[in-house]
Amino acid sequence: MANDVALTVKGLKTYIYTNNRCNRALDGVSFEIRQGKTLCIVGESGCGKSVTAASIMQLLPTLSRIEEGEITYHGPDGPVRIDQLPRDGAKMRAIRGKEIAMIFQDPMTALNPVYSIGFQIKEMLKYHTGLGRSDRHSKAIDLLRSMGIPLPEKRVNEYPHLYSGGMRQRAMIAIAMSCNPRILIADEPTTALDVTIQAQIFELMDTLKRDHGTAIMLITHDMGVVAELADDVAVMYMGNIVEAGPVGKVLRNPVHPYTRALLDSIPVLGRGKDQEIKAIPGQTPDPYNRPEGCQFADRCAYRIGACDQMPDETQVAPDHRVMCWRYEEFAADAAE
Amino acid sequence: MQPNDPILKLRDVQVHFPVKTGVFKRVTGHVRAVDGVDLDVRRGEVLGLVGESGCGKTTLGKAILQLVRATQGTVTYSGEDGETELTSLDDAGLFRFRKRLQIVFQDPHSSLNPAFTIFGSLEDPLRHYGVKTREERRKIVGDLLEAVNMRRESMDRYPHEFSGGQRQRIGIARALSIEPELIVCDEAVSALDVSIQAQVLQLLMELKREKNLTYVFITHDLSVTEYLCDRIAVMYLGKIVELCDAEDLYANTLHPYSEALLSAIPVADLDKKSRRIVLQGDVPSPVNPPSGCPFHPRCRYAVDRCKTEVPELRRFKSAKGEHMAACHLIDQPLAE
Repeated sequence: MANDVALTVKGLKTYIYTNNRCNRALDGVSFEIRQGKTLCIVGESGCGKSVTAASIMQLLPTLSRIEEGEITYHGPDGPVRIDQLPRDGAKMRAIRGKEIAMIFQDPMTALNPVYSIGFQIKEMLKYHTGLGRSDRHSKAIDLLRSMGIPLPEKRVNEYPHLYSGGMRQRAMIAIAMSCNPRILIADEPTTALDVTIQAQIFELMDTLKRDHGTAIMLITHDMGVVAELADDVAVMYMGNIVEAGPVGKVLRNPVHPYTRALLDSIPVLGRGKDQEIKAIPGQTPDPYNRPEGCQFADRCAYRIGACDQMPDETQVAPDHRVMCWRYEEFAADAAE
Repeated sequence: MQPNDPILKLRDVQVHFPVKTGVFKRVTGHVRAVDGVDLDVRRGEVLGLVGESGCGKTTLGKAILQLVRATQGTVTYSGEDGETELTSLDDAGLFRFRKRLQIVFQDPHSSLNPAFTIFGSLEDPLRHYGVKTREERRKIVGDLLEAVNMRRESMDRYPHEFSGGQRQRIGIARALSIEPELIVCDEAVSALDVSIQAQVLQLLMELKREKNLTYVFITHDLSVTEYLCDRIAVMYLGKIVELCDAEDLYANTLHPYSEALLSAIPVADLDKKSRRIVLQGDVPSPVNPPSGCPFHPRCRYAVDRCKTEVPELRRFKSAKGEHMAACHLIDQPLAE
């Protein structure tokens, strides 16, 4: 089923430069996003989740570069190599927003406070569709209504500060969904929101996936969100995907020690007071001064001599891969 | 003093902030941040305060310490020398009790003064409470840092040299420095990554056992509360809507708001995937709370009575201690 793949990322290396130092933010990342499925990218802050999203959207900061690797968008007109397009070129601008849309973490800073919500939705329609002025206006109202915003006829002319946090995020989803993109990238869309509002947003994203077959790439640090929404998971640590696979396999039978440690470190609702949570010792290494070899080795309880070398990606199963020297032992352990 | 005696008694505590508008700063209304709360904090327990943002949990936490003065009602502290009504004391009178009641703030980046070394920040409370010589203070601060698993030498460094988790531990060390009996943890782990969050949670529990502390744990994360707390109080719009044993809240949820809140939390357990109850709309403004039950506009069970009559916090029969809830529609037997 190769034809339902919406985006392929292969061996992606993105480096960020500051003060003559280099942060190897992404150090060989590969994954694919499929139509109508949700890929969750999970990891701690600084592990490169947002840089992955920015690389795909070509929204990286100026002093950074895609050094190696491929990002291929499988559009209706055949595959497009996004990494080879100029950042500000016409082709990239046509894809960004129309074919691949993004929802940002903080809706207050991502929306422009001096333009009305309606203007910001209509701007998308103006550049990416051939709709006329009045059609754009009614489409904007329809979009807001479908996002569950009350009184959209009135709200469309209001400014972001009049919206509450959850409504702002919904307005941003409305902007992202205005041109029916084939891929939706959501960078921690609910981190700034309350759980009850988060549930509203998730419901909305589920509907989009179901009704439009949108491919969703969801970036999160919350394993709960992964269990709730994901079809596939990629666990990132310091610029590498250390484990990836279908959600059932990765969460039930994790074979990378980091995935296991991450799952053990969070209290799970409903397991009561007797559950044991284990903290991961130490902290993530300085990205400008990375250790040699496996990045997790310093915090890992299963460290061996071989960990001084970076392990390769290995397939545990056709759809489940891992980067660890000792994965076989964990896989055997998980099979029991 | 029995271990289960209340250390603090709150009776009908209200904190209203005036809303001033116009050139003449006329008072046009009040934000009812905390609107009539009765609560006992028992010696040696961990009491969780949960709710969405804007429900008044932080204000209640500060009112417990009288960092924000209650506009009505009483906060009574009972210690070795009998009961004292904190609300009747002025700032000078409160000084004596500040030593017993401490707080750990949410944001470890803004709660430490960047111009002071760690020693500078930590010695302040000691100096105020009568540790005269610098050598002694240095010794105590060193011990404190070791108690929170940090190196003694780090006291001469500045806050920017530490990571979020370390800063939060410094914040805990500061709260501990004058040997309090009760610590209010205001979202103490919310800003931290999950692996670091587990470290801080374990540290808090160890310190509690060693020093026989009482915690009021304010958070929006119900999975953390369930793991950590003995009792949980669920707040909505300045009122406590449910108060019960932590495990009881999950096993026998009485209030519709708690039910929706629990169902909205993404659970990192694939076998426990439940139907989420999506609440419509946002939390109403605490300036104009709805009539009757404050939750009725979002409640899926609401009947006519809920719109007019304010439900009392009633005591229900329960296997584990007391179970209080404020709802008209609970058909469970009341406790005598």
